[in-house]
Amino acid sequence: MNEIGLEHLLIVSTCLFFIGIYGFLTRRNMITMLMSVELILNSVNINFIAFNKYLFPDKLDGVFFTVFIITIAAAEAAVAIAIIINLYRHYKSIDVNDAEKMRF
Amino acid sequence: MGIEFFILMKSEWALMLIIFILLIIKVNGTYQDNAKLLLFTNILLALNFMLGFVSNQSGMLFNSMFHTNSLIAFEKNILNFATLIISLQAYTWLKNHKHMLEYYMLLLTTLLGMFFMISSGNFLMFYLGLELSAIPLAALVNFDLDKLKSSEAAMKMVLLSAFASGIMLFGISMIYGTTGSLNFAELPALITGSHLQILTLIFIFTGFAFKLSVVPFHLWTADVYEGAPVSITAYLSVVSKAAIVFVLISTLSPLFAGLTTVWYNILFISIILTIIVGNLFAIRQQNIKRFLAFSSIAQVGFILLAISAGTALSNTAAIFFLIVYTLSNLGVFGVIALVSDETGKENIDDYKGFYKTNPALGWVIALSLFSLAGIPPTAGFFGKMFLITAGASKGSYILVGIAALNMVVSLYYYLKIVKTVFIDPNEEPIVPIKTNMYLKLSLGVCMIGIVITGFTSGLYDYIYLLFRL
Repeated sequence: MNEIGLEHLLIVSTCLFFIGIYGFLTRRNMITMLMSVELILNSVNINFIAFNKYLFPDKLDGVFFTVFIITIAAAEAAVAIAIIINLYRHYKSIDVNDAEKMRF
Repeated sequence: MGIEFFILMKSEWALMLIIFILLIIKVNGTYQDNAKLLLFTNILLALNFMLGFVSNQSGMLFNSMFHTNSLIAFEKNILNFATLIISLQAYTWLKNHKHMLEYYMLLLTTLLGMFFMISSGNFLMFYLGLELSAIPLAALVNFDLDKLKSSEAAMKMVLLSAFASGIMLFGISMIYGTTGSLNFAELPALITGSHLQILTLIFIFTGFAFKLSVVPFHLWTADVYEGAPVSITAYLSVVSKAAIVFVLISTLSPLFAGLTTVWYNILFISIILTIIVGNLFAIRQQNIKRFLAFSSIAQVGFILLAISAGTALSNTAAIFFLIVYTLSNLGVFGVIALVSDETGKENIDDYKGFYKTNPALGWVIALSLFSLAGIPPTAGFFGKMFLITAGASKGSYILVGIAALNMVVSLYYYLKIVKTVFIDPNEEPIVPIKTNMYLKLSLGVCMIGIVITGFTSGLYDYIYLLFRL
């Protein structure tokens, strides 16, 4: 049992996924929240690659999907950071608790 | 590859063409007059809408990544129509706006993303379409760059939509793991109902629920609707919701046909929560955009009620209601956009005595809200009736009973607005507002649409015909 199998990779990716969710829900810094979302996306990438390698080595769907996820994550981060910078100009802070103009 | 390649993707090609024409005008920088350019853009959008009626064929492209048929073409044309109306209503706001071309480019890019999403035959294509519609939308929400609320709303939207699509992607990756395919045509046979696949369904539904603002994933809705510019709020509440509902009807429910019981149970709980929470929170709102946000949450609950039945007849009811909802919601938003642009007032109390100073606009609000509440002879009555009938066909009378009771609650708060507009006295009512040709045209189309679809059944029959093709 020295070989690294599918289970090992899935455990890693699941851990990453829940660390990402935990970070998103508890952190109050917008940049850190964005990083938590990136963790979630990376866990998905690991999932796709692992499934592709161990279960369906003759297909390439998973690998392609990963490439697109990485690209879109970059686009998303660019727009999100632009918005956060714009917010910072108003509030002089990137803490979500300071952005509380609207409450119900 | 040949002429068919262009005909099947004609709505996408047309949109791309418009985006590039506007881009070239922007890069050249030769235009001075916003008004002329707005006229030009609106004519382009109207042509685009008319193009949706001709030569709708069915077929597949790119190794079944992209598929289309006459129902999908019709759905795309509903979105085209709504975008055209929103563009007409944004005239007052954009007339003096220095970033007017960017507004249209971002708006049409999100529309293009929705088209690809509706036409997708593969999870990869679906995800790309979803993100193409979500990312520029966040930039649009932040379009009032110097307004605090706008930035705050955009921040909430971009973080939460990234989070939601992350959760949905995790679900998609597990689908790939359990079936080895991402193709919508192959998947229904492979999804048999193992525990991992049930978890997958929950993850993917969560992603959809975020975009549709189904309770308990609705918390971003009110804030984003309040902070965004009015025409973007209208776009979010009509076009972006309609696109997700179309995908839900044509893609997701056939995909999980093997998990009907789980699918129905998930919908059962979320429908009850959505309708009740949407209605109760709508009662206590002071800001009219927040009010419309919660009322649209409640309306989504009613649409899901029809989708839960899952027959051709119930899907017809859902699409018919979406058209009615588009017309009525855009009627209200047109007036709100005008008032907000001219006076900056967005509170419900500001609308006291509105009828005395602006009788025609007062009637538009009243007719649209009657239609949203479901009072005959407006189209909203038949829309709601078909939805409830479709929900009842599944035989769950608890669900239908709760929905019917909540229609009474919704009647209360819609009529409260009508009372504010018509009866309540006010020392300083909103001054008489001059409307322009574009707004008159858009509101006229909405009002005529509401009344005519209330009296004739042609549209409903046509949609049902498309489902049986």
